[in-house]
Parts: sequence; C-alpha cells; structure tokens
Amino acid sequence: MNELLEKLSRARGVAGHEGEVRAILREELAAHVEALTVDSIGNLIMRKGGSSAEGTHRVMLAAHMDEVGGMVMRTNTDGTVKFRSVGGLDPRILPGKRVRIGAQSVPGVIMRAPHAARSGKRVVPTSDLLIDTGGAGGIEPGDMITFESEYEEYGRLLKAKSFDDRVGCYILAELMKGDFPCELVGAFTVQEEIGLRGAGVAAYAVEPDVAVALEGTVADDLPKQDDVSPTTELGKGPSISVMDRSAHADRRLVRILTETATAHDIPWQFKQPGVGGTDVGTIHLARGGVPAVAVAVPCRYIHTPAALMDPADVNRTIELMSKALSGPLGRPLEAEWSEA
Amino acid sequence: MKSEIKAHETDTFSLLKELSETPGVSGQEDRIRARVSDHLAPLVDELQTDTLGNLTGLKRGHSSSARRVMLAAHMDEIGLIVTRLEKGFLRFAPVGGVDLGALPAQEVTVHGRSDLPGLIASRPPHVLSMEEREKPFAQVDLFIDVGLAADRLAEQVSVGDFISIRRSADSLGNGHATGKAFDNRVSVVVLLQALRILQGRSHGWEVVAAVTVQEEIGLRGAKTATFHVAPDVGIALDVTYAEQPGASPDEALPMGSGPAIGLGPNMHPALRRLLVDTAEREEIPYTNEVLPGNSGTDAWAMQVSQSGIPTALISVPIRNMHTPAETVALKDIDRSARLLAETICELPDDLSTLALDRES
Amino acid sequence: MRALIEELCSVFGPSGQEERIREAIVDHLDGLVDEMRTDRLGNLIAVKRPSASGERGKRIMLAAHMDEIGVMVTHVDAQGFCRFTTFVGVLKNTLWARRALFAVGVDGALGRAGPPPARERPTPQKLFLDVGADSKEDARVQVGDTAVFRSSFGAVGDRLFAANLDDRIGCAVLIETLRELESSPHEILAVFTAQEEVGARGATTAGYGLDPEIILAIDVTATGDFPQATPMEVALGKGVAIKVMDRRMIAHPKVRGWLEDTAQAFDIPYQLEVLEFGSTDASAVQVSRAGVPAGTVSIPCRYVHTPSQVADYNDALGAVRLLVNALSGEYPS
Repeated sequence: MNELLEKLSRARGVAGHEGEVRAILREELAAHVEALTVDSIGNLIMRKGGSSAEGTHRVMLAAHMDEVGGMVMRTNTDGTVKFRSVGGLDPRILPGKRVRIGAQSVPGVIMRAPHAARSGKRVVPTSDLLIDTGGAGGIEPGDMITFESEYEEYGRLLKAKSFDDRVGCYILAELMKGDFPCELVGAFTVQEEIGLRGAGVAAYAVEPDVAVALEGTVADDLPKQDDVSPTTELGKGPSISVMDRSAHADRRLVRILTETATAHDIPWQFKQPGVGGTDVGTIHLARGGVPAVAVAVPCRYIHTPAALMDPADVNRTIELMSKALSGPLGRPLEAEWSEA
Repeated sequence: MKSEIKAHETDTFSLLKELSETPGVSGQEDRIRARVSDHLAPLVDELQTDTLGNLTGLKRGHSSSARRVMLAAHMDEIGLIVTRLEKGFLRFAPVGGVDLGALPAQEVTVHGRSDLPGLIASRPPHVLSMEEREKPFAQVDLFIDVGLAADRLAEQVSVGDFISIRRSADSLGNGHATGKAFDNRVSVVVLLQALRILQGRSHGWEVVAAVTVQEEIGLRGAKTATFHVAPDVGIALDVTYAEQPGASPDEALPMGSGPAIGLGPNMHPALRRLLVDTAEREEIPYTNEVLPGNSGTDAWAMQVSQSGIPTALISVPIRNMHTPAETVALKDIDRSARLLAETICELPDDLSTLALDRES
Repeated sequence: MRALIEELCSVFGPSGQEERIREAIVDHLDGLVDEMRTDRLGNLIAVKRPSASGERGKRIMLAAHMDEIGVMVTHVDAQGFCRFTTFVGVLKNTLWARRALFAVGVDGALGRAGPPPARERPTPQKLFLDVGADSKEDARVQVGDTAVFRSSFGAVGDRLFAANLDDRIGCAVLIETLRELESSPHEILAVFTAQEEVGARGATTAGYGLDPEIILAIDVTATGDFPQATPMEVALGKGVAIKVMDRRMIAHPKVRGWLEDTAQAFDIPYQLEVLEFGSTDASAVQVSRAGVPAGTVSIPCRYVHTPSQVADYNDALGAVRLLVNALSGEYPS
C-alpha cells in the first residue's frame, strides 16, 4: 500500500541492531522535524512544534524499532549455527523457517528432522534447534537473526514479518509530518522486545506531559469453541489498552481516545485486558510519572515470520491520533481526576 | 588496619583469599566494605559510602575534559537469613539465588550477637523411606544447628540475622583457586588490580570505582550508584559460567581463556569495540560472551540509568557458580585487570567517537 | 480507629481506579495536614510540615497503599457472562464461588464452566462472572471494567475480618498516626499510593517526585502462625512487625534500628519480620534516584491476597504508637 511501510517492514532489526530502521526513519523525517537525536542506547528522538514558553504541552509518541528474532551463539564446523531468541519467540513455530543472519544477510533454514526421526510430541526448545547455512562464511557470534518473509498483499490484508512494531513506526512517522497545537516528540525506541528498555530512557530524557505508545498488537480472532475474547479483531479499528501486564492506562487518556473516535465515527475496540505489555510499562514510571496509554493496530500472528493486518485499521489509527492530537490530546490534561 | 596491609597481600591470590573469606551477604556488607575500603583507599583520591552502602572511590583523570567512567563490581555474596527459631534449631530463607542442592551438610557462620559456627542439618537417609530418599531436600527439610540449647540460642541469635557460607579459599592445581563468594570477589580483585596498574599511568578520564551492594537481590546497589555517579560510560565487572559438565555449551566459556567481553543488546557497540581492540593490541587473550538479552549483571541496571549510559561488561569465567566450591583461573583475573586498565587509558576525549550511527 | 478501618474497607478501589478510596481518605485528612495534592499517577500526597525546625529534622515519606486486588472484565459473551483477568497478586485458586463488586454497584458471582468440581481448583480460564444479565446487551458492565472482592466486615474480639485489610488497615494506621502526632521535627510526606498491588508503581513515581530522605511503608505482612504455614516467626496479636527483609528489599539497618529502639523505649511489643514472598512500596522507593534508606512497619495479617484476611486490632494500635513515638523524636545521627 505504501512505500514507507514496505521499507520499514522489510528492514531487519532485532534488539540492539536497530540501525537499519533508524536510518530509514532519519532519512524520511529529517526534513519534517526541528530536532533529531540518537541517544546512547539507540533511541531516535525527534521534536517539533510547541513554543519555548513555559507550560507548553509536550506529547511523546513512542514506537519501537526492534522486532523479535534471534542471535547467533556460536557457529559449528559443519556449517550449522546455534542460536537463541531475542524477545518472545514460540519455539513451536520455528522448525522449517527461513532466516537471514548478520549484517551480510546470509540465508539459512532452521532445521527439522525428517518426520521418521522425530521424537514424538515433545516441543523442541530453541536451545536445541540449529540453523543450516550450508556452510556459508561471514557469520559471527552475536550476529542478529531475522525471519525471511516478503511484504505483500493477502486479499484485502497486508503480510510481513515485522508489523510489530514497524506499523507503529510507520504511523508515528506519518504523524510527525503533521502539525499539531502541542510540542510533539516522536520517540522511535529500541529494545522493547527484551524488556521495554529504550522507552524508559527516552521518557526520562524527554519528560513528556503525556505519552502514547503506538503498537502492532495481538489479534486472536480465529474461530474458537467458546465465546471468549478475540483479544483484538482485524478490521474493527484501532485497539486501545486499558490494562496489560506492564501498565494500567491513564483512564483520562482512554476516555479522550474513545470519545474522539466516537465523535469522528472512527471504529475502535478495547484490547483484551491483561494481555502482553508495551513501552507504556517503562514510560509511565519515568521520573515522577507520565500519564500514558497504548493504541495499536490489530495484527494476526505477531512474533512469527508472517503477520497479517488490515490497512484500513492502519489508516484509522492515524486518523484517530491526528484528531486526538488536534483536539484534547494536544491540550493539557484536566488537573482533576474523575470517574468515567 | 590500613598499615597492616603488607606488600605481599597485593598478589592476586592473597587478595582474593582475604576478600573471599570476609563475609558480606547482600544487605549486610559492612565487613567486606571495610576490607575493600582498606585496599581501595590508597588507590583513589576520594572515597565515600552512599545511602545503600555502595563504596565509590574517585581517581582523578589527567585531562581537563572531566569525562567520567564508572566501574562497577558488586561486593555482596549470596547467603541465608534466619526466619525463625524452632526448638533450638534455626529456620532460614535464601538471600539471593542460593543453590539449595549444595547446602546440606555445609558449614556456615551465623552472624548473631557474635559469629557462631553452624551447619545445615538434615535427617539421615537411614531413617527415611526409599521414596523420601529419592527426592532432593527442600528448604522446609533443612535446619541450621549451632549446637546451642534453645534458651542460649535465643540469647545469641535473632530473626533477621544473616548467615554466610563458612569456607576458606585455597589453591588448586594449575593456577586455579577455590572458595566461596568468588561471585563476585573475583571482580573486586580485578578492579583493585586495575587501579593498581593505573597508578603509574596517565589516563584522561576520571575513574569512579563503584563496589556495589545488593546485586544478588536485584542489582539494587548499581541502580542507585549509577544514578548518583551519572557517568559518561559504565563498565561492569562480574563472573560468568566456565565450561563444566552440565553447563550449557552455548553459555559457558573455557576456564583460563581470559576475560569474556559481553556481546549483545546490553552492550554499547563502540565501547565493546574499544575493549576488543585493546585486548588485541595488548595481546590479552579474550573471549566473547554472547548475551541475547538480560546480562543479569550490574550492566543491565547501568545501561538504562537516567537518559542512558553506554555500557560494557567484562566477566571472568568461574565454575560451580553460587556454590561453596567456586573455582577460578587466577591468570584470568590478572588479564581482566590489564584489559580494564589499558582500556581506561584509551577512552577518547571526544565522546562523539562513541556515538551510534557515526558518519564515517 | 476501628470504625475507620471498617469504613475504609467498604470503599471501592482496585489498582488503577483509586478515585473513590482517595476521596474517602481526603475527607479524613481534613485539618490534619498542611497541604494535599494528587499526582500524575493518582497518588494522594499529604504534607505535614515540621512543627519545630530541628537540625535533625528529615523529609520522611510514609506510604500506605490505597489500592486493592481485583479482576477486570476481558469479554462479555452473548449470554451476558463476563470473562475476566486477575491483577498480578490475586491467588487464582481462591476465586471460585466468591462474590465480586463493580464500581457501578453491580454484583458478580464467580461461576465456573461445567459441573461443580470435586477436587480441582479452577483457574480463570474456566471461570466467569455472572453479573445478573441474560445477554451481552443486558449486561451493565463492559470490557475494561474492574471488580473487587467483597465479604462483610467482621470482628471477633480484637480479630478483624475483611477482604481488603491489605492495605486499608495500613491507610487507617497512617491517618491515625497523622491525627495523634502532635509535634514532629520532621517534614512528613504521607502518601496514600496507587497501584501497589501491580508492582509498587505509584510509589515508584511518588518516590522520585518527592525525593525523601527516609521511606517507611505501612503494609500488612504474612504470618507463620497457622497449620503448615511457611516457617516464619510473625504471629497475629504479638505486636507490630518491623521488617528485616522481604522478597525485594532489605531494610536499612539504621532505619530498622530506629524503629526497634523506639519500640523498646516505649514498651511497644514488636516482632522482627523476614518475609519470603511479597514486598511493599518501600522496595520501590529504596532504589529511587541515588537511594533512600528504607524500612517497613508491618501489620501481621493471615491469608493475605485472599478474600478472607484476618488481622489483630492491637497490632494496628501498636503500629500507630510506634510511628507516633518514632516521628515525635529525632532520627538518630
């Protein structure tokens, strides 16, 4: 659908190796922002708007640049590679997958014994899996491993390896091109998948008044026996988090977003509470606290080589955030708490 | 105390033996802090103890840039704590990641009103059923016996008293040593020996030697020390797994293979490169320790302090970690100290040479 | 203070939704403090300035958490049954057949999929809330709504029974301490914290914002005084507990010594506490900025994090006496 989204989704970058994504974003946005820095851990932080006067309302939007993947632990003389996951990978989806290794993007396959030799029903842990490179050289311990998967259209949907969270990076990039009545800080963060590491550092430096994490999140809308939550559903608009493992959202911000969506006829959904975590987890605890919330595009099969999402949800998320930033999100929060 | 430290005690084994045998369970580091302080004081220009008990020594640099590198080695060791007095015996809980499997029949020191020798007591196999014998001991099966009657015990020991492992440090063959608390007294020795090397050298940067507390219960000392010191660069010193039966071959490094330089997202790539280049130039043998996520060391806390600190990690491989039988190759301690000292001398005045995505 | 404990236990206040309990506490602080404010995460901060400017006066943060454990609705099905998720500290095997209460006043009975179990203790995957609705449209609750556990407040002699003594009894102790504290050389920063049960989040930001010189948490602790309890010295009715260590923190020896010396000087019965599971707000503030000397005044409480918690009123009174006497004097040099 879009050249930037495609470029971001194709880029390779697990935690600690976000340079390629950072370079794309820097090039795309340098002309649109007033200041741009890279900090010591690798966060790319951009600012625009707001006056230098006291009391300017500073909104930080965060999207993480890293994707789940692996790291080479050691190479064997027979051309195989031992690896470990970087971020949460389900070992059951790994056997038989195609990967790319290191800065040279050396291809390899995750080995799977022929079916006659498989030992029953046991899940093989990642530490027992090997990658076969056919003996290609140029692989060093510490090299990153990413899934190999095309960015392409699947019917009305889009497919790629890393919508978590390149779709968030894309949305944030589009928002940084706009003009809003607040000081807008875009934080493209690192190391989210290994513990929300970059976002806390960024929030400490930025000292925002409020923050929104932009994410690609779990959709579990496959058919199910029981009438239970789909977590989120594709095609039903941006998902808003009330609570997950990492944070309780600021209820005032939840209300701003849901009311903005409703007022502009943008469909929206609550994400199933209690599932997953986002950069909000460290952002909201920075310094004296930051009111924060996560808004996400529903994605099926995140943390696999092939995630699917609905481009309509991406556009609606951009629309919701633009409307909110032009409206109540762009203004200081009411001082008083009140019950929704 | 200070005057009693003789020249021969600066040799690596003597220093390790002295520090290993000094108790310092996480949360009660006063004795080990006093010992380390004696050794650190002559090597730095200023010395202070902060709120949580971290010992920080400042050695001034020779350039006007006032750049600051923080070295962090934790001085605390895993141990036990008294939870209850029961019929003349003590119930206890672990402080830090104690390996329960190495405790039964181990001698300990109970730090009560005075130091009391004791041992970890369990029922003899002779009186247990076959089924009971096949299960490892659980914490609830174990007591500490200090040989005192219940009333005397209550006078001497209280709930909340700390307990350390009672074990001397000694030499093994082939330049190896064994003892308790090598995690992380080995690195405290690395730190001291590196500072000793720096005495005769010119280094531009200020060096803050932080000997931290409460690492084993969640990197708590390093967190506050790093905030306080606010360094430009941080280097953590710790131990890692050496090869042995049962250790994962992916994570273990050969004994005696030199300092292990951390590699992974916890490490700043340019700072890591400086360590590697220094090792190669100085012909110091080293290995790479691949850490795909949490390094489990003070480096993990340092990296995300305030607005972020470029961080690196140097580890010494040891065997039998978190047991009373830790072993180390002494030459790795000396090599780590050299690597650390030489790297400090190489730290660039211009911080932008450490920036990510540097145009080049 | 008994009536105060009972009143606070009756107020709705799950983690992240502390508006009502905060308002209830504000009402009781009227006239007791010099300044009150609510911070960005919803902590209620009440400041009592030193009555005399002594050289040894400290900025002392006292933290009691307002929030209580609960459940949150994740899905309302076609028949109006609600699936839910639990907050971090909830003991999942204590849920079935309990009663929960929503902010809007709706009751929820915790039902279980399938016939009543003989032995199994069902996990949340098998449980749902029956909120008295016959369809999704009929249900008066929606995804994201929170419910707390409720059982009637009870008392047998000095033993108090409630679903949320953790930590409303601590809030009551803190209010009562402010009431009885006539003069203090210290600046008292009384913080009724939010979101303790999900990881001391309120205390983390309040600790950074206030930058105190000492932190004391006031919270409940487990006991070792019932059949097959984890071995632990603390027992109900034997006095306030002074913490040595818990899962996340070791109390600063000087703070602990200050509390112990005060208890001994004023003949306040106390017990030393080593808690193997759980922690308090003090652990978060201890590592704030460059570090804060930390201690905890604990009220022994059986069956913490279940809907049936039991404490002894005298231990709470002892906690007040300990705090008032400690804060009236100077911090040891």
